[in-house]
Amino acid sequence: MTNHPEFIDHTGNAGRDSGYLLPSGAPVQLISPDGSPAPEGGYKENYSLPDHQMLLDGYERLVVGRRVNDQANALVRQGRMAVYPSSTGQEACQVAADMCLRPSDWLFPTYRDTVAILGRGVDPMEAFESLRGDWHAGFDPHQYNTGLPTTPLATQLLHAVGVAHAAKLRGEDTVVLALCGDGASSEGDFHEALNFAAVFHVPVVFLIQNNQYAISVPLIHQSVAPSLAHKAVGYGMPGERVDGNDLAALLAVLGSAVERARDGGGPALVEAHTYRMESHTNADDATRYRSAAEVAQWVPKDPLLRLQKYLADAGHLATADTERIAASAESMAKVLRDGLNAETVLDPADLFRFVYTEPTPQLRAQSSQLAAELAAGQSLEGALP
Amino acid sequence: MTTMAHKAQAETPAAEAELSGVQTITFAKALTLAMSDAMAADAAVLVFGEDVGTLGGVFRVTDGLTRRFGEDRCFDTPLAESGIVGMATGMAINGMKPIVEMQFDAFAYPAFEQITSHVAKMGNRTRGRVRLPLVIRIPYAGGIGGVEHHCDSSEAYYVHTPGLTVLTPSTVTDAYIMLRDAIASPDPVVFMEPKKLYFSKDTVDLDALRARYAAGSTAPSTIGRAAIAREGTDATLIAYGPSMAAALAAAETAAAEGRSLQVIDVRSLVPYDDETISAAVRSTGRAVVIAEAPGFASMAAEIAARIQERCFHSLAAPVLRVTGFDIPYPAPRLEKHYLPGVDRILDAVDELQWEES
Ligand SMILES: Cc1ncc(C[n+]2csc(CCOP(=O)(O)OP(=O)(O)O)c2C)c(N)n1
Ligand SMILES: [Mg+2]
Repeated sequence: MTNHPEFIDHTGNAGRDSGYLLPSGAPVQLISPDGSPAPEGGYKENYSLPDHQMLLDGYERLVVGRRVNDQANALVRQGRMAVYPSSTGQEACQVAADMCLRPSDWLFPTYRDTVAILGRGVDPMEAFESLRGDWHAGFDPHQYNTGLPTTPLATQLLHAVGVAHAAKLRGEDTVVLALCGDGASSEGDFHEALNFAAVFHVPVVFLIQNNQYAISVPLIHQSVAPSLAHKAVGYGMPGERVDGNDLAALLAVLGSAVERARDGGGPALVEAHTYRMESHTNADDATRYRSAAEVAQWVPKDPLLRLQKYLADAGHLATADTERIAASAESMAKVLRDGLNAETVLDPADLFRFVYTEPTPQLRAQSSQLAAELAAGQSLEGALP
Repeated sequence: MTTMAHKAQAETPAAEAELSGVQTITFAKALTLAMSDAMAADAAVLVFGEDVGTLGGVFRVTDGLTRRFGEDRCFDTPLAESGIVGMATGMAINGMKPIVEMQFDAFAYPAFEQITSHVAKMGNRTRGRVRLPLVIRIPYAGGIGGVEHHCDSSEAYYVHTPGLTVLTPSTVTDAYIMLRDAIASPDPVVFMEPKKLYFSKDTVDLDALRARYAAGSTAPSTIGRAAIAREGTDATLIAYGPSMAAALAAAETAAAEGRSLQVIDVRSLVPYDDETISAAVRSTGRAVVIAEAPGFASMAAEIAARIQERCFHSLAAPVLRVTGFDIPYPAPRLEKHYLPGVDRILDAVDELQWEES
């Protein structure tokens, strides 16, 4: 790109070259799918491999995340949950998001990000409360600095910007990482969020998990931009693309964006290339819109396989590590099984308790009505006082 | 490569032969047939939205339309509801008759501005010079164990917005004819489909239904016309869409107990059929309005007020409402406490100041 020193733009920059906003020429990859170190990629930044301890920690989180997906997929088939949007194949994105944040930072997840939510330390049964159909959200966002999993697409991105803006005004060094899907990048709120973040120069990192599909709709029907990461440029923030099945590359790219945001460098957009290995949710049938051959192509790109090979080849995955990791995955699976197989007792009076800080007179009356109706049959733990 | 670059495979008439004659079909299939018949009859009719092409919609209501009519006529859009309705508005300005699908009730909200500021107002702003013959299909209401944002009864937002025609069928026959009437309407229609009825079935004579739309047919439009779903003499239950099944079941139970309840299916929320509904209530002198939406400032409130204004001297008791509570739609395991059911309806009927006999 050429400089035009005679031209001063509305931000006051004289002929500034905007090339630094563009993503690298190809998705950043540090470990090849076969587990060997990737060849030097000539990316826009010098991303270096995280150390082995970090990768081993990440590998454990991946294995646990995969086990969470497998177990939840089984439990939803057994009717123990209302719905489960699986993130099998996308665990590296979610694990990297968690690992780049401090506990004091914030994460804003979607419905598909249960693995990331658990990685923030959210109590598993609280994390699954909405998926099992007991309530709309199971945890206190402030306890975990984690937003509620959000279904109306892209809407949470603006909340992330708001939390970051407030943090900036309050003088906190918080960084906010906001997740969304490739499909969500078409929604108006996505664009408003990026623009607000850039205009207010707030510490938000947007991570698009581009899993190639929005339910049945492939990315080509969603966008014909060179990449989703390129969308950053129009808002004046840097974009980057990364192999979303390479945990090492994700840690490097997201880590760099998070630290830059923390240092006052403003927002960034990262697009992670990954694949949704399962149907959209248990209610969907992906065979209606994609071939088994296409899915099979992604099997060897699995994020767990490649990190396992890399660590093993480097001599950093001892049998003891493998056993410890398997045990921790199993214990998480057991927590989910035990928790989701247990019957929860719900109080119908809760329906009226939280709509307002103080229930309105009308809600009190309606609560009493329901209590009276239930009095004959099952017991209600008391209407509102 | 663009969305339109891949043409659907050539039409295969044998494989796509449409049903005809007397058939047992689902509510969803009746909607599909209404669209495909309208598309076959008029090249200006288009279908688009999220997952409506290859997948055939998350409820399969658009199943087969892309195969039969090609990707120019039924296609997936980028994932943006304001975009979908806004583009439909432009297409309607330029000679098309779009039918757009909002995937679920609550996912129509990003399109609210387009619907309320433009779709609803275009005819009036232009002194009638620009009419928008478009249909916005919205699966709505609960009773399916859906998680949050998938079960809203959002009809009040639309009925409150002057300029929108708002329809909601509750039978397989009405699914077909009301959607055809909506497509034929010169005004924009918000077409609300009770999602728990999608897989309900009935046996219908498709040839007779189609004959209503043949050239020269004088069959009246359903727009603005309520239907009497069950005759009765003691009291009138007034319901629509997702609440019809409970109203009819309540009438059945009441009949066994010796009370004759008339049931009205409002079905055309706007324009509203004052004439039929008022006459019905005058004939019985008692009325209960039933709707799944929260009752406060709702369609049910409007119906009750209109009956009171028009039938006061015929009423033996105040008009009562049985509605959803004034709360966000509950999570799946609590929805049974929310939905207006037979018991609540019969309790209300019992309160209609019956003289001891
Ligand atoms: C505003 C809005 N419109 C439609 C939907 C219905 N819906 C849920 S998920 C989804 C696809 C989203 O795709 P993407 O953003 O790529 O995320 P993914 O599911 O692939 O993780 C759709 C259309 C929704 N939740 N919100
Ligand atoms: Mg996606």
